[in-house]
Amino acid sequence: MTAKITVSLKPGVLDPQAKAIGHALEVLGFEGIQETVVGKIITLKLAESDAAKAKESVTQMCETLLANTVIENYQIELLP
Amino acid sequence: MSIAVLRFPGTNCEFDMLHSFKLLGVESHLVWHQEKELPKGTHLVVIPGGFSYGDYLRSGAIARFSPIMQAVIRYAKEGGKVLGICNGFQILVESGLLPGALRRNENLHFVSKFQKLAVVSNNNPFLREYAVSETLNIPIAHADGNYFIDAKGLEELKENDQILLTYQGENPNGSIESIAGVCNKEKSVFGLMPHPERAMEPLLGSVDGARMLRGLAC
Repeated sequence: MTAKITVSLKPGVLDPQAKAIGHALEVLGFEGIQETVVGKIITLKLAESDAAKAKESVTQMCETLLANTVIENYQIELLP
Repeated sequence: MSIAVLRFPGTNCEFDMLHSFKLLGVESHLVWHQEKELPKGTHLVVIPGGFSYGDYLRSGAIARFSPIMQAVIRYAKEGGKVLGICNGFQILVESGLLPGALRRNENLHFVSKFQKLAVVSNNNPFLREYAVSETLNIPIAHADGNYFIDAKGLEELKENDQILLTYQGENPNGSIESIAGVCNKEKSVFGLMPHPERAMEPLLGSVDGARMLRGLAC
């Protein structure tokens, strides 16, 4: 089973990188961008085949290391 | 009595720290990140600047789980004094020994220059040789120095006199309330972005860091 983890800054925490990317797109002439969010994707290939157990263990990994929950949110997607 | 200066893969200010303590006539030793215990008789732990573990994932995020940091966390919980400079500050917030987090500088640049600082509080072992509101001139050199803490946390910092240093003039990294350094509630753990070890001799352009390290070391 594969776990795809997306880590991004919490809403309300100013993200200068996302702002710079949004601005660059505007400068290039792309219109209508309402919001830009930058995150990182961490993909883990797991030996575990039980989805509930995998979710539990990946959640723990996020809380311990993968995300700094003071400023970041994480989303876990499990793929077979 | 001696000072433990930690060394991770990627640390690059450890020899400046040893040199600074030598100037002050105090004994200090390097301690490798794989060590499980601090040397007996350690009276101060210094986590110097650099790029521990290449800043992978987040600055300080991986160093925080090294064997020596488990010993430092135990040492700090027993009231031992810990000073974290730049990357050391990042490791201290990642390890939960200090509140808040350090984010990418608001202007996205690596900022390296002399910076004017204001002493906010001297009611602690770290800045006791300085006067409140005194202006210091100490170099900064970082990309992730944008201190963040939520509104409730900020209130607590103020109530407990935990904000020790702020940037004067233009804020170089976008940190909340221009915060440059904070300590824990017990005033035994201090983290700051500026580098006092780079302001130790007239030759370096400033001696404003000397009283901080002397106050701690002696």
